[in-house]
Parts: sequence; structure tokens; C-alpha cells
Amino acid sequence: MSQKELLKVENLKQYFPIKGGVFGRTINNVKAVDNISFTVYEGETVSIVGESGCGKSTTGRSILRLDEPTEGNVQFDGVDLLSLNKRKLRQKRKDLQIIFQDPYASLNPRQTVSQMLNEAMEIQNVVPKNERRKRIAELMELVGLQPYQADRFPHEFSGGQRQRIGIARALSVDPKLIIADEAVSALDVSIQAQILNLMKRFQRELNLTYLFISHDLGVVRHISDRIIVMYLGKIVEIGDKKSIFENVQHPYTKALLSAIPVPDPEKKKERIILKGDVPSPINPPTGCRFHTRCPFATDKCRKEEPVLRNLDYMEENHQVACHYVKQIHDGEHKQVY
Amino acid sequence: MTTYIIRRLLQLIPVLIGVSILVFSLMHLTPGNPALILAGEHAPPETIRAIEKRLGLDQPLHIQYFDFLKNAVQLEFGTSMRDRLPVIDHIKPRIGTTIALAIYSTIFSIFFGLIIGIISAVRKYSFSDISLMIIALFGLSMPNFWLGIILIQFFSLKLGWFPPSGWGELSQIVMPVITLGTAGAAIIARMTRSSMLEVISQDYIRTARAKGVSERIVIYRHALKNALIPVVTIVGLQFGGLLAGTVLTESVFAINGMGKLVVDSITARDFPIVQACVLIIAVIFVFVNLIVDITYRVLNKRIELD
Amino acid sequence: MQSESILKVKDLKTSFFDEGNEIKAVDGVTFDVPQGKTLGIVGESGSGKSISALSILQLIDEPGKIIGGEVIFKGKNLLENSDKEMRKIRGNQISMIFQEPMTSLNPTQTVGQQIREAYKTHQGIGKKEGNKKAIEMLKTVGIPSPERRIDQYPFELSGGMRQRVMIAMALACKPELLIADEPTTALDVTIQAQIIELIKELQKDLGMSVIMITHDLGVIAETCDYVAVMYGGKVVEYRDVITLFKDPKHPYTVGLLNSLPRHDIEQEELIPIKGTVPSPDEMPAGCRFASRCPFATEHCFVNLPELIDIEENGQIRCWIYTDEWDGDQEVKVYEPERTS
Repeated sequence: MSQKELLKVENLKQYFPIKGGVFGRTINNVKAVDNISFTVYEGETVSIVGESGCGKSTTGRSILRLDEPTEGNVQFDGVDLLSLNKRKLRQKRKDLQIIFQDPYASLNPRQTVSQMLNEAMEIQNVVPKNERRKRIAELMELVGLQPYQADRFPHEFSGGQRQRIGIARALSVDPKLIIADEAVSALDVSIQAQILNLMKRFQRELNLTYLFISHDLGVVRHISDRIIVMYLGKIVEIGDKKSIFENVQHPYTKALLSAIPVPDPEKKKERIILKGDVPSPINPPTGCRFHTRCPFATDKCRKEEPVLRNLDYMEENHQVACHYVKQIHDGEHKQVY
Repeated sequence: MTTYIIRRLLQLIPVLIGVSILVFSLMHLTPGNPALILAGEHAPPETIRAIEKRLGLDQPLHIQYFDFLKNAVQLEFGTSMRDRLPVIDHIKPRIGTTIALAIYSTIFSIFFGLIIGIISAVRKYSFSDISLMIIALFGLSMPNFWLGIILIQFFSLKLGWFPPSGWGELSQIVMPVITLGTAGAAIIARMTRSSMLEVISQDYIRTARAKGVSERIVIYRHALKNALIPVVTIVGLQFGGLLAGTVLTESVFAINGMGKLVVDSITARDFPIVQACVLIIAVIFVFVNLIVDITYRVLNKRIELD
Repeated sequence: MQSESILKVKDLKTSFFDEGNEIKAVDGVTFDVPQGKTLGIVGESGSGKSISALSILQLIDEPGKIIGGEVIFKGKNLLENSDKEMRKIRGNQISMIFQEPMTSLNPTQTVGQQIREAYKTHQGIGKKEGNKKAIEMLKTVGIPSPERRIDQYPFELSGGMRQRVMIAMALACKPELLIADEPTTALDVTIQAQIIELIKELQKDLGMSVIMITHDLGVIAETCDYVAVMYGGKVVEYRDVITLFKDPKHPYTVGLLNSLPRHDIEQEELIPIKGTVPSPDEMPAGCRFASRCPFATEHCFVNLPELIDIEENGQIRCWIYTDEWDGDQEVKVYEPERTS
């Protein structure tokens, strides 16, 4: 794998104001993403995982400036995305495409697939006009559809086929990075496997980079090179797939992994059942945001916010934000509940 | 909730100011000098100037407006051009009649609208549903003055059941209320039906059925309250329409209310009365809307969170 | 077949009628729910698993209609019951919880009102006593400070809390059978784990039987004793849970397992099932899975296989396991193999 930095996110913050009171002033903020940094290298797949409200989708949207970030820095292929004007940004979007969870909602119902692909190519001016027809046919075949189906409307396709169209649209402009926001979550397993295989194949053949946002750790294990675990707007653990799944460190990631039902009735395992719900991102807990549910939390966790750090016994790229990660690893720090 | 009500009351201020400016300009936009109209075409210039001075018409516009506002707040709308009596003396005995007519008609609309809507929704696509909806469509498309005339023709002149005019006795109230309330009833019926149908297909209705409760309870305890939420808005808008509708209805049935007063005053170019009536109706409308919005929130607790 | 079954569904058929077209959502479904055990029904969207469950309680709305079969609950065919008799069973002897805790509770009624209604309907218990019991029930399902919660509206609760309220409501009258229709699908995994534990615990305490409907093979493996795999409105495989995962026989079951990305093991490759579920008018007349089956022969497309016994408490609907199999004999000897 090449080690060229394609996407570099630094200190990204995305706050959504809450209006209220008699005069409708901003009385508070939803801190959806609160100061996160990470890098995506060319040709790799980085996944962001976490439960609802952790800020994973917001991160994707902020990078593309579908929501204007509150603060931070986003470098894409050496260009500062946040400083671009509207027109320049639109040009740059050619290189950064997004695929959404609900393919139907993201396709214009009054456009045929061919019109839609044509429009995407025209806006980005990637293929000469006379060659577009041929390119559309190629794209359709590439994503496993028949070229003649390009003259149909989105409602004439099934959910899985629509997701293929979403991918075809993203690919039509030869992007460098594709952000897949829960792109396979709404699909049945048998169809999901088809789409995942398709995405993996394109990565190999077209040297694509994926930022894969998902709550499904099975899918994430299958597709990722590296994994970012988010909780309440913060990154709690980041590392290579192997180290996350085989040498998991953060108490939250451990609980998350142990909570997933295993499709093997004979495999007995320890399950960590977390107490309570994810707190509100409006007034997130002080210190470590996970302390309200963490079985290991102490006073220090309630007061001091832990930073991401690598410890000598971990893999090189593995970083964890937990005060007691080493003590827990060495068995010196015991569960409080 | 209190915050919400305070906020809504504060929001009323600009609306009311806007209304007052519109009504105020009504006088100034109408062609001709009011003083001239008052004094008569052949009045000597000094009489006209005297009237202008008495009415404050010689003052700059903004002073005139503030005077108008100050007087309006004290229900002081000047005097009628026809009989020189204070405008408020014309309005006072009539406003009660008009409000009563509007309220009775609203009650009529809500009562029949809801019943018809619920029956239609519960028996969807049945013969009764289809017939009721056709009747509702008729009720909706019929201009109310025309309906009034038909009612008089049939029930007063032919059958002699109800007197064709006047207000006060129950027998006099029936036909105007039907005339004014039918269109509203039709709209509420259609709205209730579609809203009920939507609610009946919701997951929580299935939950209620899965609990084993009877269909009657499912409809009245679980579906109706949720279905009423959008209907409330319609009722509020209807009330505004009804106030306007009183103008025609009162004329048709010769009811001595504010609506008829407005018509008569327009014909007689009695501007102070028209102005006062428009202002009062607008203010009533604005407050009714406020009440509707508050009801809406009481019914739909979820909005409070946002 | 088990001798002691609390519920036996036989050849159940439910169709939806749309402008003269009949869509056979449930097309001859047969399964047993053994007393005190959990039966899982697994399948993808459109397999008819949810409609089967709703048909058991006769909660099918227009334009759907149950057109045949038997639903035998404790020896009595529920399909012969009157509306009134059915109402006495719903929420009392058989309860149901649903997928969307967000929309399955009435938004304009408090939590207390909704739970109380179950007691009122089946036991004639009034407001005061009902409130006491509702608080008790909320405590049972692990809702903190239930005295405060009963006066709250659903929108004031989180998704997990709402599903707990649904469970409290469903279990209020101590039913003998609980039908859970995708109860955790809309929830985050850590909350899903809480709800699954809760259902298991309550099942043990109350000794009830459960039908767990889900598309998630993980949930099946963790909660069920027996599993019915559905495809195209039919049960294609019925096994006990250990056998199903160790030795799946139907090509569809094998396909599902091979498509599933796992978080607990490293997989080289997913092997998807080819194509998509055919639309009702393109559904093969024979085996419903024929158009996507890697082993299907002409015979499969035309002739519908029966659900046959292959072991004690195990049935399969596939030509491969009959004497009439005319395809590759190797398939029969080796049987479709799991890759993961």
C-alpha cells in the first residue's frame, strides 16, 4: 500500500446550534463531532464505526461540506477543502463522491439512470460528449446491470440494484475517494454481500480509497484496512483492522464487539452488557465521555479527558483514548460494576 | 409551554402593527379627501379645513397613525358618516350576533365534519363512505349565499318550517348556521377522513389491536386524538373564513350583524365603520389563530421538545 | 415433530389482493413452537416472516386476507375463533412486540395509560391498581425510576427504553406465547444486547414460549432453540438451532450463511446468492428459490418440493434430498458446503 496521504482531517468540530427561549437565541449546541483528527492514505479503506449519535455520519458530511464544519482543517490531496469557494468546491467534488444508505432517496425519481449519469459526467466534464453513451453502458456493466436498463427510472429497480446505480453514479466521474455512509445497511444479507464484493473489486481495479461509515462490525471487518471507533463525537480507538479485532483495548470497543450476536450457537462468549443509554451530545459527560457507562470508570475519568495514545505493547498504528488502558490490559485495574 | 405562549404573544405585536397600518392606509388609499366626502361636494373650503382639523387630517401621516392607534386601543373609532353616532355604538349591538353566528357555525362544522369523517374512514370504500364524500364535495363546491337562497326557497317559502330572516329564535338560527357551516363541515369531514385513514395504518394502532382492545376503543381512544391534530389547524383557518362568510350570510338572511353592517357601510361609503369592522375582525382572527396553535401543541406534545 | 407444542401452524396462507392481483405473501407455511422454547423465523425482506406472525394473531389489515390453513394454539384452531374470542387471546395469552419502538407506541398517550390498558382490557383492573401494576412491570423490564416514567410520553424516552415499555405492555398479562417481530433491528448493538438478555430472562421467569422473527442470523443463534428459514412465503428449512448452523442443508440457508460478513472470524471472501428475490409474477411455479439456486434443474423450476422430515425435529423443502433429484448427484453426496 502506498503511504500517500489522501485525506487529512484535523481538529474537526461540528456543532449544531439549538434555538430556544422567548427570543429564539442559540441556547446550546449539539456537539455532533468534537475535535477529531485522522488521516486516510491512498488506496486503503478506513471505516468509522459507532452507535447512533456518535458522529460518524456527521464526520462524512462535514468532510464534503454538506454541513459546514464549525472548526477544523480538512486537507484532500493537498488542497484545503474548507477554504475553497462554492465553484472550486464543486469541481473538487469530482474527486470525492458519497454513497448514501437509502439509494432511493438520493436518486432523482424523474431522471432515467442514463440521464443521471450523463448529467454527472457533464457537470464534472470528465468524458467527451460523444463518448458518454459508451461510458454509460460500460458503467452499467461494471456494476452488474444490463446497459439497456440505463433507460429506466429508479423506481423500476430493486433496493440492491439502486445501490448499484448509486455506485455507478459515484464512479462515473472517476473519483479518488468514495465516502460510503451506511451504504449497505438497508440491504438484505445476500444482496449486501454482492455490493460489498463489487466495492472490493473496484478498489483493486481502480485504486479507489474508501471512507466507510457503518454501524455493522461484521461488514467493517470484511472491508476495512483500518478502523476508527467513535463514541459521542470523539474518537476512542483507532487502529489496523487486525489490532482492533484481535487486540481490542478500549472498554467501549470491547463492549461493542461483545454485544454483537455471533451467528454460531455453539460459540459461548463473555458478554459485557453496558448499563444505560448513550448520553445526549448536547451536554456530553465531562472527562471521558464514556465514563457514565464504563465498567472501569473512576473519579479521574469523570474529570480528565483522555487523549489518544499508543502504548509500547500495542501495534504501531493502534491508539486508544483511555486513562487505564494499560492497567486494564495488565489486569491491575478491576471493573467497578 | 409558558415560554411558548409568551413567545407567541410577542410575535403578535408585529402582526397587529401590520394589520393596523393596512387598515389605516385603507382610509388614505381610497380616492378622494375624507373631509370632502364628509362635508359634501359643495361645502366651502373653510368647512373642509375645519373638518380636516377636527379629524387631524392636517397633521403629518405618522402623527395621524399614532392617533389612530391610540384611539383604536380605546375602542374609539370616530363617528359614522351617516348618522354622526360613535362608530362603536354601531358595532356593539351587532358584534355579539356575528360572533354567535360564527361560533355556532363552527360548532356545526366540527360536529358534522368529525362524525362524517370518522364514519367514512371506518367504513372506507363502502357505499356510505362514497355517498358521504360525494355529499361533502357538493357542500364544498356550493357558494354559501346560493345555499342560503336554496334553503330559504325550500324550508321557508315552500315548507314554511323556518322564518326566512332575522336572528334570535332557535328557528331563525338553523338556516344561517347551516349556510355558513356547510363548507367548513365538508372540509373537516374530508380532512378527518384522510387523517384517520393515515392514523389507522400506523404501527401504534396495530399495537393497540395486538393488546386485544376492542375496535371501538382503537378508533376513539387511540386513533381519533392523533387524527385530530391536523384537523385543528383546518378548524382555525376555517374560523377566519367564517368571519368573512358572515358578510354574505347576514345579507341573505337579513341578520343585523357586523357582516351586514360592513356591506351597508361600504355601499354608503361610511369609511370609519368599515375601518373599525375590518380591524376588529382581523384582531379576532389573529387571536383565534393563537388559540388554535396552542391547542395544537397541547394535543401534540412532541412539538414541545423541539 | 415435538409432542408438546404450544402452537402448531399448518399450511397457513395469507394473500394481499390488489386490483384483482393476488400476492401470496404467506404461501403454505407450517411450523411448530415447542412449549417453553424459542422458535426463530429467519428470512430476508419479502419472505413472509412478519406476515406469518401477524396472521397468527389475525392482525392482517385490508387488502390482506388469511385464506387458508390452521393456527392451533393449545389444541384449538384460532382461525375458527370469533373476533371477540380473538380479542381475549391477544395481549393476554399471546402477545406481540414490534420492530419500531419509535412508532409502535401511541404518541399521545402516556406510558402508564398504555400499560394500564392491557390490565383494564383483560382483567378489568382500574386506574389506581393498574398504575401500581404498571410500575411493577416497568421495574421488571429494568426501567429506572418507573414512578416517574409512567407519566411520560413515548417521545421522552430513548429507543431502548421504548422497546422496554413495549415489552412491559406485552407481558403485562403474563402471556404463554410472545411473538417478537424484529424487536432489536432498530436498536444499537449495545442496546440490542440489553433487550435480548431481558427477553431471555423474562422467558425463563415466566416460562413462556417465544417466536423470534429476525433477519439477523446472529440473533437467531443467540436466542433460539429451533429455527424456521423462510423464502418466498414458504418455510424451506426447519431445524434445531445447533444443527442448522453446523449442518445447513437447504441451498438458500447455505447461501445466507456464506453471504454473512462476520465480526468474530476473518473471512477471505463472501459468497453472495446470485440475483434478487423475483417479483410475485416472476416467481417460479416450482421451488421458489430455483431462480437463484446454484444447483437448480429444470425439474426444480416446474415442481414444488414438499417439506419433508429428514431427522427428528428437522424438515427441509428441497429436491436435492429426495429420490427424484435429477441434478448433479455429487451435490447430494457432499451437500452444499459452508465456506465460513
